[in-house]
Amino acid sequence: MQQTNVLEYLEQTVGRVPDKTAFADDTEAMTFAQVYRDSRAIGSALARRGLEREPVVVFMPKHPRTVTAFFGCVYGGSHYVPIDEEMPRFRIELILENLRARMMICHSESDRQLARDFGFDGEIALYEQLAAEPEDEALLAQIRDRQLDTDPIYVVFTSGSTGIPKGVAACHRSVIDYIENLSQVLGFDENTRFANQTPLYFDACLKELYPTLKFGATTYLVPKQLFMFPVKLVEYLNEHRINTICWVVSALTTISALRTFEKVKPQYLHTVAFGSEVFPIRQFDLWRQALPQARFINLYGPTEATGMCCYYEVDRPFALDEVMPIGRPFHNTEILLLGQDDKPVAPGQVGEICVRGTSLTLGYYRDFARTGEAFVQNPLNDRYPELIYRTGDLARRNERGELVFVSRKDHQIKHMGHRIELGEIEVNVDLLEPIRASCCIYDKQKGKIILYYEGDMTAAELVSALKQRLPRYMLPNLVLPLERMPLTANGKLDRTALQRMYEDGKE
Amino acid sequence: MDELLEILRSLHPDVDFAESDRLVDDKILDSFDIVTIVAEIYDVFGVAVPAEEIVPANFNSAEALYALVERLEDE
Repeated sequence: MQQTNVLEYLEQTVGRVPDKTAFADDTEAMTFAQVYRDSRAIGSALARRGLEREPVVVFMPKHPRTVTAFFGCVYGGSHYVPIDEEMPRFRIELILENLRARMMICHSESDRQLARDFGFDGEIALYEQLAAEPEDEALLAQIRDRQLDTDPIYVVFTSGSTGIPKGVAACHRSVIDYIENLSQVLGFDENTRFANQTPLYFDACLKELYPTLKFGATTYLVPKQLFMFPVKLVEYLNEHRINTICWVVSALTTISALRTFEKVKPQYLHTVAFGSEVFPIRQFDLWRQALPQARFINLYGPTEATGMCCYYEVDRPFALDEVMPIGRPFHNTEILLLGQDDKPVAPGQVGEICVRGTSLTLGYYRDFARTGEAFVQNPLNDRYPELIYRTGDLARRNERGELVFVSRKDHQIKHMGHRIELGEIEVNVDLLEPIRASCCIYDKQKGKIILYYEGDMTAAELVSALKQRLPRYMLPNLVLPLERMPLTANGKLDRTALQRMYEDGKE
Repeated sequence: MDELLEILRSLHPDVDFAESDRLVDDKILDSFDIVTIVAEIYDVFGVAVPAEEIVPANFNSAEALYALVERLEDE
């Protein structure tokens, strides 16, 4: 029978390699049997509480148990919503408001207290507590029988330009479609040893979590701090014989830019996938020289189309000023490049990347208005309902027919692998009482977010206040007060003038 | 030292770098900061920090970082 549930990956694997390590970090390694046991116990506990088709918040640090809690939620027929202590309180409160969840899973007693302080009024249970409850096989079977592959399994939150984060909900079917096609392109198998870099509260970690279940592979969750100390990081990869990584570009360029390869090289890596940003060719060349035998694959895709939807395997050298293509869509996904008239652009012309296929997620959680703006009827189809997702990313096809990313339509940026709406930063700055006006620009070359503001606050005070509201990766890297913000002729903030001012100041 | 403090302050204007000696342990610095600091040290002091010197002990305080720069300048 056709697979309709992501848990079938786990169930097929656990019989084959029960005692193999599935997920590990510095503190704990969990075998497939343990993951299976705990996730079924947690699923039973959630099911007894009647949380089918409801969100369950997983407020836990990066840890093998967190991953297991995710699967537990799916066993219970719920959808997991990861939040993290790295998120500032204000943002967590916005997310909780959107979800109206009745249940939260925590790692420790102190996190439970913290969650109470957020004003969460549902039940808060510890992982240990739920995992100690008895498994109810009959109840799990009933839930499985009712589960559809169009039911959501997770909600992850992404930056919203209005200041309110958007929760993207994805279902079994789109995740299975993604995992099958990604696995084929990257060639995962039971010998794959992943080192996970991305946080568990984004869809990026799908790349490791589900293929690990599917193939009986192993994922090491790398402590975040290691990404600051590249020699130690590469030593870690070697110690754990990591052969496959799917990281954001900035994690890779940190290693190469700090000249790590002069000291130590990854010994086992044969597959390097990367994405979320454009890989500067100078840095990429250092990687290729260090690992001449490895495969390098550029991935592209928005959270709204379940992880990644395009790939390009590097098959030729690039000049320093060239942009590496994002290539072609995965099997079972189509990319339309639409012009401003909603028609396909002519060959070589720039158009908006629009995604068509099973890979589309369900949309934004409890937000039909914003869902309707981005998930729209395919303008090329006037015969039956069919949604496409408008990414807001502009691209063109090169003479080889490969897709090449060009720019954004709006003020969304990719910074250190994170997708950020500059508008969201500005909204949060403007909410501070002493601030009269603010504007963010992005220095693409240096990868810096620059905030200009007008108001009676020092840069230090402003940053302290912002830390309460924005996640760390959204904090501006340079904060500059201005006497007066430049305005355009019709009285709007003049972003172009600021850009010029910044460029002039740099010299 | 002042030049170094200026580099650090531009990254985190709200942090007292003269006082703190737990910049790494307290997660004040992240990987973006490390890359920026190493690049700015090269621009300002003309010394390249080798990868093996990029360890927590050298980045936990402005003082330790300055000692590293001085050591590299002497080499």
